[in-house]
Amino acid sequence: MYRSIALAAVLVCAAGAAFAQGGKVTVVTSFSKDVTDPIKKAFEKAVPGSTLEVQNRNTNAGVKFLEETKANNQVDLFWASAPDAFEVLKGKKLLAPYKPKATGIPEKVGSYPINDKDGFYVGFAASGYGIMWNERYVKANKLPTPKEWQDLAQAPYFDHVSISAPSRSGTTHLTIETILQGEGWAKGWRTTKEISGNLRQVTDRSFGVPENVNSGQVGYGIVIDFFAFSSQGAGFPVKFVYPSVTTLVPANVGVVANAPNKAGAEAFIEFLLSTTGQETLLEPSIRRLPVRPEVYAKAPADYPNPFKDKKLQGLLTFNADLSEKRNQAVDVLFDQLITFQLEPLKAATKSLHELDAALAKKPNPQASALAKEARDLIAAMPITDTEAAAPEMHAAFTGGKQKTARQAELEQQWSAFAKEKYAAAKAKADEGLKLAR
Amino acid sequence: MALALSPSTIRSPGAALVALGIAAFLVLFLVVPVAAVVYVAFTEKGGGGFTLVNFLDFANTDLFVRSFWNSMYVSAMTVVGASVLALPLAYLTTRFEFRGSALVQTLGFLPLIMPPFVGAVAMQLLFGRNGTVNLLLDDWFGVKVGFMEGLNGVIFLQAIHYFPFILVNLSAALRNIDRSMEEAAQNLGSQGLRLFRRIALPLALPGYVAGASLVFVKVFDDVASPLLLNVKEMMAPQAYLRITSIGIDDPMGYVIAVVLIVIAVVTMWISARALKNRDYATTQRGGGGLARRKLSPRQSALAYVLVLFLLALVLAPHVGLLLLSFATIWSFSPLPDAYTLAHYARVLGDSSVYIGNTILYSGLAAAIDVVLGGAIAYLVLRTRLPARGALDWGAGAALAVPGVVLGIGYLRAFYGVKLPDGTPLAALWIMIVLALAIRRLPYALRAAYAALQQLSITLEEAAENLGATKSRTVRRIVVPLITGGLLAGFVTSFATAAVELSAVLMLVQNNSDAPLSYGLYVLMQTPAGRGPGAAMGVIAVIIVAACMALSQIAAGRAQRSREMEI
Repeated sequence: MYRSIALAAVLVCAAGAAFAQGGKVTVVTSFSKDVTDPIKKAFEKAVPGSTLEVQNRNTNAGVKFLEETKANNQVDLFWASAPDAFEVLKGKKLLAPYKPKATGIPEKVGSYPINDKDGFYVGFAASGYGIMWNERYVKANKLPTPKEWQDLAQAPYFDHVSISAPSRSGTTHLTIETILQGEGWAKGWRTTKEISGNLRQVTDRSFGVPENVNSGQVGYGIVIDFFAFSSQGAGFPVKFVYPSVTTLVPANVGVVANAPNKAGAEAFIEFLLSTTGQETLLEPSIRRLPVRPEVYAKAPADYPNPFKDKKLQGLLTFNADLSEKRNQAVDVLFDQLITFQLEPLKAATKSLHELDAALAKKPNPQASALAKEARDLIAAMPITDTEAAAPEMHAAFTGGKQKTARQAELEQQWSAFAKEKYAAAKAKADEGLKLAR
Repeated sequence: MALALSPSTIRSPGAALVALGIAAFLVLFLVVPVAAVVYVAFTEKGGGGFTLVNFLDFANTDLFVRSFWNSMYVSAMTVVGASVLALPLAYLTTRFEFRGSALVQTLGFLPLIMPPFVGAVAMQLLFGRNGTVNLLLDDWFGVKVGFMEGLNGVIFLQAIHYFPFILVNLSAALRNIDRSMEEAAQNLGSQGLRLFRRIALPLALPGYVAGASLVFVKVFDDVASPLLLNVKEMMAPQAYLRITSIGIDDPMGYVIAVVLIVIAVVTMWISARALKNRDYATTQRGGGGLARRKLSPRQSALAYVLVLFLLALVLAPHVGLLLLSFATIWSFSPLPDAYTLAHYARVLGDSSVYIGNTILYSGLAAAIDVVLGGAIAYLVLRTRLPARGALDWGAGAALAVPGVVLGIGYLRAFYGVKLPDGTPLAALWIMIVLALAIRRLPYALRAAYAALQQLSITLEEAAENLGATKSRTVRRIVVPLITGGLLAGFVTSFATAAVELSAVLMLVQNNSDAPLSYGLYVLMQTPAGRGPGAAMGVIAVIIVAACMALSQIAAGRAQRSREMEI
């Protein structure tokens, strides 16, 4: 009698556990409906009895949400592109470690490790950065086709390029960081500012850039690959290229600390890494690069394959540690030197383009020297890379805990610095233009 | 015009109770959550003690000072632009025999219901640098006009977007003016513009000021339109950008939020001062005093041309939205490449849940707003309760609380509060309703305030002299007579709550509780989602417009049946 009751209790518990395997899995994600819907469908089919509850928030809002609600957490998974967001969550102890059981996934994609070294988050797809453009726009304005970042700094591109602010978009932040790591601090900022002199706009949402390129409001956009691929998938007349200084970075998923349905969360990660899960990444509305090499056999022709394409393999090794250390400094520098000084920067750049054109017609060594001086003035930075990565700098941007410089003070210094340099650069360029004519 | 009369001096315990109830509501759902977020603005870095150094930083930062003046300029110019759009529409449709008045009023309200994101895309496709208008102009004349460039672009967009505030409030006020006022002036030889300038406009001033001050504060506080044009050097976008990204731990975002709130309160205070010590009430109400004037055929033709032109301008975004919802691909061309119904097919399944939620949330929020707004207006204008003004300022300040601040505040204040089964209080959909109600309360309040200001106190005194109790007077005299104003408030609150996104985005916990604006946001983050997003936007506009029309019809019926009784 007692034994049968005990047995029944065990059975009930077992049934409960089996149910928990599926059940409701709540995920906070920055991925759009086009990405989550097909995956949700495939997951619910692969793990019967489970439902995936998707909460769509942009990456920053998602991090903020988990932070604000940690005392009574109701979320099982965090699922987003930017590895830095996961680093932030890890630092705030909002993630739980999990080691996936799936096998057959390489250590690295391109030259970036797929999984977090401490096991707090798992890469499930890769993406790289590049340039997308609207073919109709380019044709109507008789503009060239870019291949490298530096191309975007050339005169014909003036006022035709768009980027989202790195402080607003984890993906752009990584693009800038990639350029800085690939070319070094001084040269990298020089390239970034030279391109920025041609900017039409700095948008505040990552998706603002492909949106404007798709509708033909701007010609070129600096974007993560899947924005371009999924725009092509939707039928827009756009093209995309990976410049040689780029990096492939995994999009990630991690279990949230104190997840109400931990087993379900783990089941979802296993599903994402399974062959079925990886194949959904190839859908026209998703178009990410799977981390499971054999899945590329099913990909459409000319789909980039980071495990085969030579171009995507010799890429630079991304230093995530360095990126993390100077994360806020880079964002604030970009905002203060470029986003909020765009007009002076563009004015100086425009004068320089005119000077170059005049010099091409009639060389003049004195004017050339002035052009170089003007370029150096634009490229000047208020702080060095060592200063940017220093702990005091980090502390200045993390609110009330440490007694350091206030963020607002630094911002005012940097923007005043940029304003002065850009005005001086414009004066030099205009002076040169007088000589050259 | 009746002589200026002081408010009734009766102090009733009932009024005090109501006032306490409202105060408790505002403290709980506005002051506490906002304070939970903005106290950072007053804390010192490193020490955590009280300080004003952050405000000094604000004044010393070029960017913020520039943003402040940009915002001031844009808000003031938008009021001018919106007035130019609203005055003719309001005057013609309320004071004259004008066929299609109701239609014009309804259509004139639509710009306020511009769904987030898709509205922006539609505007770019029409007026942007390579939008329809500019592509055609470039083709024909070789010129392009920067409709959407810089601060002037923001003014253009904001004037179109927010002029309904003036239209609705001014129309309600104009309708309340006794026809005999105009007749008297006409008998004395006044006509045309002079009649409008000297009689109609001054008498309708409370409505105009209510609308204009709303426009000013809303433009000051608006994040969406400047950001859509990539204008970041304004106050509200600065606050938004900082709170949601780089300055997440920095006090400056919250300092700006405090500045926004102060500006809103000051604006409301100035607008109240401007109307103080004057009386706008006319006594003869409800009876035959509301006859309309006739237009001569020539005037009439002119009026129609003007009205059609204005409507074409302000409805252009919706036309763009409609085109976008049927377009296959629309890129760098005056019109879409081809048309399809597929986008509607795709969203139809999803949107029924969203639609239901939207109507439920916005309806409840607007109902709360009308009740609270009416009560606050009555307490302020008709009683002598101490500190009654605080209720008014408190509710008015809600206008300037950035949506994201309120959203974070709700999470911070209520997520830790658990229900018996462990779900956090902040996870309930009712919290979205409350956030919407707080966000939209000022609209209903302004409308109720204006309506009550136009109602002569002599009517209430007469009722009370005849032995009616205070509550009976309110029920039988005040409420019926300010129904028009309350309805205007309900419609404004409802329609704008239906497309609110910033606070909603913070508070939505799962898809089955999400309103339309959230569904739209989710769709609009992908290239393939643009068409379906536009389709959902069109559905949202239709639903909101239908609800407005229904409430207007219902109110009309109620009014007529009341007139029968009288």
